[in-house]
Amino acid sequence: MADSSKPATRKAAIVGGNRIPFARSNTAYAAASNQDMLTATIDGLVARFGLQGEQVGEVVAGAVLKHARDFNLTRESVLGSTLAATTPAYDVQQACGTGLEAAVLVANKIALGQIESGIAGGVDTTSDAPLAVGDDLRRVLISLNNAKTLGDRLKALAKIRPGQLVPDMPRNSEPRTGLAMGDHQAITAKEWEIGREEQDELAARSHQNMAAAYERGFFDDLVTPFLGLTRDNNLRPDSSVEKLAKLKPVFGTGEGATMTAGNSTPLTDGASAVLLASDEWAEAKGLPVLAHLVDAQTAAVDYVHGGEGLLMAPVYALPVLLARNGLTLQDFDFYEIHEAFASTVLSTMKAWEDPAFCKEKLGLDAPLGPIDRAKLNVNGSSLAAGHPFAATGGRIVASLAKMLHEAGPGKRGLISICAAGGQGVVAILES
Amino acid sequence: MADWYSNFANSGFGTTVTKQLGLPRPGVLRRYEPGGPLLEGPAVVGSAGRGRLRDTVTAVLRDAGATVVSPVVADGDASGEKLGAVVLDATGVTGPADLAAAHDFLAPAIKRLRANGRVVILTDPPAAADSPAQAAARQAVDGLTRSIGKELRDGSTANAIYVPEGAEAGVAGPLTFFLSGRSAYVDGQGVTLQAADVPATQDAEKPLAGKVVVVTGAARGIGASIADVMARDGAHVVAVDIPAAGDSLAAVANRIGGTALQLDITAADAPQRLVEHLRERHGGVDVIVHNAGITRDKLLVNMDAARWNSVMAVNLQAQLDITQALLDGDVLNPGARVVCVSSQSGIAGNRGQTNYAASKAGVIGMVRAWAPAFAERGATINAVAPGFIVTEMTAKMPFGTREVGARLNSLQQGGLPVDVAETIAWLSQPTSAGVNGQTVRVCGQSLLGA
Repeated sequence: MADSSKPATRKAAIVGGNRIPFARSNTAYAAASNQDMLTATIDGLVARFGLQGEQVGEVVAGAVLKHARDFNLTRESVLGSTLAATTPAYDVQQACGTGLEAAVLVANKIALGQIESGIAGGVDTTSDAPLAVGDDLRRVLISLNNAKTLGDRLKALAKIRPGQLVPDMPRNSEPRTGLAMGDHQAITAKEWEIGREEQDELAARSHQNMAAAYERGFFDDLVTPFLGLTRDNNLRPDSSVEKLAKLKPVFGTGEGATMTAGNSTPLTDGASAVLLASDEWAEAKGLPVLAHLVDAQTAAVDYVHGGEGLLMAPVYALPVLLARNGLTLQDFDFYEIHEAFASTVLSTMKAWEDPAFCKEKLGLDAPLGPIDRAKLNVNGSSLAAGHPFAATGGRIVASLAKMLHEAGPGKRGLISICAAGGQGVVAILES
Repeated sequence: MADWYSNFANSGFGTTVTKQLGLPRPGVLRRYEPGGPLLEGPAVVGSAGRGRLRDTVTAVLRDAGATVVSPVVADGDASGEKLGAVVLDATGVTGPADLAAAHDFLAPAIKRLRANGRVVILTDPPAAADSPAQAAARQAVDGLTRSIGKELRDGSTANAIYVPEGAEAGVAGPLTFFLSGRSAYVDGQGVTLQAADVPATQDAEKPLAGKVVVVTGAARGIGASIADVMARDGAHVVAVDIPAAGDSLAAVANRIGGTALQLDITAADAPQRLVEHLRERHGGVDVIVHNAGITRDKLLVNMDAARWNSVMAVNLQAQLDITQALLDGDVLNPGARVVCVSSQSGIAGNRGQTNYAASKAGVIGMVRAWAPAFAERGATINAVAPGFIVTEMTAKMPFGTREVGARLNSLQQGGLPVDVAETIAWLSQPTSAGVNGQTVRVCGQSLLGA
C-alpha cells in the first residue's frame, strides 16, 4: 500500500475521550445551549488529561442544529474552557457524521505533521433548538432595519401579517423529500425485509449491553456528569424484546410498519470530545495511546432520484475503505455500527451479505459477507445512549478506542455512521 | 459557612458583650500563607534538665527567619515585646524534680505570649525511660502540654514532640509545623518521632514540588481542600472521586492543574485500576491521601446491614485494599507517604455512629500496624483525626448542636477544611520522615475523647 512518492505520514493516536451523559430532548439539558455542553465536555477532557492552560493543535467540532449566533461555536467553547485561549478551533458539519468527520480531520492533520495534538468533538441540542422566522417576515424585518426615516419604518412594519408570525421550526426531515429520516428508513427497511422482532432484539441488546458496561465501570473514564445527570437518561437497563414488542409503529404505514419509538433513536441532547495526538506528544505527556485512527472513507448516495435508501451510504463507503487497506469485513474484532434505527444496522449488514447488491451496486465479485454479531456494538450504541447528532461520532470513537486498548495490541475496530443527506462515514481503528 | 459567633465575638460590640457575660471568645486563627513569617513575634527557647535539642531548636527557628530571644529577658520584664513562640527542651528530665525548671521557664514566658502564639515542648518518649522516675517526668509533659493548651487563649496552641535517641534529625519538620500557621487547629497534641532518613532541608515554599499526590474523595469538602493545599505546595494532584461526582471533580482538577480520575474505590477492581493509572500516567505515586468517607448514621439497634457494610467498605476496607495494591504493585516511589483520614468519632465514639466510629478507629489501628513495614522502605503511613470541621455537612446540623459542637474545644471554634488539609500536607512533606504510625488530631483540643 505504501507509496514512496507520498510524503511520510503517521497514524494519529486516540488518547481518550469525554462526553456528558446524553439526555432525551427537553429533559435534563432543556436549558443548556450547545456552547454550554461543548464547553463542559472539553473541560471534562482537560481534567482527565491535565490539559489546563495547554494549547492543543486544533479543536474541531460542530453541531447539526445551530443558532445563527453560534457561527464560531467551537472557538467560543474553547475560549470558555480551561484550554489555553491561544488554541485555534473551527466548526464542521456533516449531519450525523460530524463527530467522526471531525476526528478524521484532526487525525489527518496529525498524520501530515501539521499538528501534534487535537480535540475532535460534536454537540447537539434538540431542546434549545434554533427557531427562525419565516422568509416573509425576515425580509420585512431586514427592510425595517434598513429603513432610514420614520415613514419608511412604518411602511415596512405595515407589511407584517399575522401568518408570518409562526416561526420556522427545525424539522428532522430531508429538505428535498420532505420525509422524516424515519420515514426514509422505513422504506429501506421494507425493501430489505427487516422484521419487527429482529429490530426489537437489536434494540434490547443495545440497552442491555450499555447498562452492563456502566455497571462494570466501562464509562468511568469516558463520561463526566453534567447538570445532575450521571448516566444517559434514555438508557433502559430492563429493556426486553417483550416490552419493545408492545410499542406501536411510528414510521412507515400499514401492515408492514415495523419501526417504533423503541427501535428508533429519540431526539437527544449531548456532547462528546476525543483527544487525538501523535505518539510522541502522548508519550511526552505521559498519556496513553488507546488506538490509532488508521483510515476513513466517506460516501454519498442519490436517495432523491437514484432509488437508494437515505441511510445506505456507509454500505458504499466500506468496500472502498477495505480495499485500500487490504482487509475483509471479517478482519475486525469490534464493529460499531451507529444505531440511528435498529433497521439501519440490519439493512446495512444485509446489504453487505447480499451477492446481487454487492455485485450490482458495489461492483464486487463476492459479497462482503456476514459479521460476527457478538462483536457488534458490544457496549451498546445509539438506541441505548440516544443520539445527539454531532456527538455520536465522538462517543463511538472514544468507546471503541478503549475497547481495543482493553483487548490488547493489534486489535481492529470498524465504525460505520450514516448521516442525513444520504451520506456516510466509515473508519478503521487499531490498537 | 462563616462562623457568625466568632465574627460577633471579635467585633467591637461583641467583645464587650462576650467579656461581660463570660462567653467564649474564639480568637481569629492565624493560618498559613505562602511567603509569610513562621511566627508573628520572637521565640524564646528554654530547657528543663540537660537537654540535647536546644541547639537543634534554635537552628530551626533561626533558619526560618525567627528571632530567638534569651529566656532571661522573658523572665525579667512582662511588659516587653510579646512572644510568638515558647519552646521548651525537656529531653533532659530525669525525674519530677527537673520539672520545676519547666515551670520556672514556662510561666513568665507564656505570660508574654501574644495572640496565636505557640508553645512546643520536646521530650523523650516515656516508654524508653531508664527509670520509673524518668518515665514519670516525661509522661508529666503530656499533662503539662494539654493543660497549657486549655489555659491559652486567642488562638494560641500547645503541642508536644517526643524525640527518642537517634530521631533528632526528624525534629525540624514537626517543630516547624507546630510553630507555623499550618497547625492553626492542632492543639494539645503529641507526636512521637522515630529514627529515619530525614532530608536536612526541603523547598520551604513548594515542599511537594514534583510529587504525585492522590487524593480520594476530592470532589468537595475536605478532599477538595486537601487537593488545593497539595497543589499550592507544588504537587501534581490526581483527584479521585466516584463517577457520579465527576463534574465537581473535574472543576477541582481544572482549578489546581491536576487530573481527575473517576473511580468508585469500593469496586472490586478499583485498587488495580488505580495502580495501573498511576503506573501508566505517572510512573508511580509519592503520596496517597485516603480521604473518601461516608456516614450512614443510625443507633446500633436500628442499623441495617447496608448501612454498616457501606461505611466499612468506603472508610476502612478501601483504604486497606488500595494501600496493599500500591505496595504489591510496586508503584510507591521512594519516600512515599500514606495519609489516612480518621475521625474524632474513631477516638471518642459518637452516638448513632457505631459503624462510622468503628471504621475510623480501624484506620488508627491500621496505620499503627503498617508503620514498621513502611519505615523499612523509607516511607511513612499516618492518620489525621479531624474534630468539628465546618463543612457543608455541619451546615446542615441543627443550630444548637452545631454551635455547641463547635465550641467544645480549647480554641472555642470549629476548624476549617484547610486545617485538616494543612496537617495532611505536612505529613506528606519530605522532612516529616520521622513521623510514622501516628494519628494527629485536628480538633482544636476537643473535649471529646481527649
